[in-house]
Amino acid sequence: MQYLFYLFAAISVLSGLFVVTARNPVNSVIALIVCFLSIAGHYILLNAQFLAMVQVIVYTGAIMVLFLFVIMLLNLNNSTEPQKTLLTRIAAVVAGGVFLLTLLAATRQGVEIAAANPADASVGLVSHVGMALFKDFLLPFEVSSVLFLSAMVGALMLGKKEKVAA
Amino acid sequence: MLATFIFLVIMLLVTLGVAAYETYAERKVAAFMQDRIGPDRAGPFGLLQPIADGVKMFMKEDFIPSTANRKLYFLGPAIAMTTALLTGVVIPWGGTLTFGDATFSLQAADPGIGILYVFAMVSIGVYGIMLGGWASNNKYALYGAIRASSQMISYELAMGMSLVALIMTTGTLSMSGIVDGQLDGLWNVAVQPLGVLLFITCAFAECNRAPFDLPECETELVGGYHTEFSSMKLGFYLFAEYVNMFISSAVISTLYFGGYDIPFLDQKGMDSNLITILGTAALFVKITFFIFLFMWIRWTLPRFRYDQLMNLGWKKLIPLAILNILITGGYMVFNGNVKL
Repeated sequence: MQYLFYLFAAISVLSGLFVVTARNPVNSVIALIVCFLSIAGHYILLNAQFLAMVQVIVYTGAIMVLFLFVIMLLNLNNSTEPQKTLLTRIAAVVAGGVFLLTLLAATRQGVEIAAANPADASVGLVSHVGMALFKDFLLPFEVSSVLFLSAMVGALMLGKKEKVAA
Repeated sequence: MLATFIFLVIMLLVTLGVAAYETYAERKVAAFMQDRIGPDRAGPFGLLQPIADGVKMFMKEDFIPSTANRKLYFLGPAIAMTTALLTGVVIPWGGTLTFGDATFSLQAADPGIGILYVFAMVSIGVYGIMLGGWASNNKYALYGAIRASSQMISYELAMGMSLVALIMTTGTLSMSGIVDGQLDGLWNVAVQPLGVLLFITCAFAECNRAPFDLPECETELVGGYHTEFSSMKLGFYLFAEYVNMFISSAVISTLYFGGYDIPFLDQKGMDSNLITILGTAALFVKITFFIFLFMWIRWTLPRFRYDQLMNLGWKKLIPLAILNILITGGYMVFNGNVKL
């Protein structure tokens, strides 16, 4: 199990790095897909089967397909890539460095983070997730579904062609 | 551990063998429908035809277009084939065999979320087609890939919706759990008649089979997403389609037609190993029927136009699937199966 964790962790980190360093946007998307798959592997190691499969179906199978669609159809290449000015680059490096410094300072002393409920291994199984969603958090769940519906209707309205006035 | 490994190898070989003979069956069924003889040169009744085809595929020149994105061009057929083969892992191919005091289950893995695993593999399978079509750097291949993937994504939704009603009645997501429910009671086809039709229709679309075979369209798109593929890479794409057909037939039989269940056989008081073997044989009979159904429909019905295909998926199948969920839920509440 421990070896599997290190394997998945290495894949996640390496593919995550490749997402930002790849020159070709399609390669970035593929690296991101690999990263999502390895995160699904982590979920399985944590015995959260349902979350793992939802991760694969929703993120890898649906959202990344849309990403890939858009990037394939935009036909991005070096000439269309936005060119950054020197000032933007310097600002980006400084901001990134400061963020790294903050992170280092915060984690320097190594805080021990206790697992939330280590005794219950069945917490990620589908029946427990269902109980949590439809019993403990029913109202937020239903409200967010209304939010999704309104987002869907909004997207349809934006995407609809305007009728030419007769 | 070793038993599971051996079982996986057997499963792989059987899947490939069935897929190979599906190509032969497809030609024979086509010939039968069109009042021809079909392949009969290689071996008795042309039975060696798949081997001859395989040899031909391997021997042909493997041509790679110079403008193709080489890595993704190689990755496409590999993903298509791998995901097609991976799906069979969660299907219960039979009950348990007992040797002395050791028992072997004829199911490689039985996760509690079996159906979702099938869906996950189907949704990854889209990438094989998309990447292959895009990496060929050919407008027809790209069009074919976009058609195939948007078709698969659209019908995946309706497929999932039609399954929700089934899961509501079975109360489990595990494949073996669903079969167990059918061993004692009715087959799910009797419980979910509308769901079966929806699921089978969507399965046809997911496999890119006629009448939903728009991605390959000689008159408009040359060969569709595999236009630029040759030799065994093309073979992988074509073969993946047949593996998908086999696996979806197995999934349909398992979810709705009792899996390895033979009605009333358990009351005859037979040896449990014999029942298991007969059950597996019964499952394969069911699978053969559905494979035949795939072929029957391909050689009988004309294909859709692309906008008709999308209309059917989004405006007919999805509302019908939601209606099915409502009816099922209403019946369950009315019948007192669930407390409000």
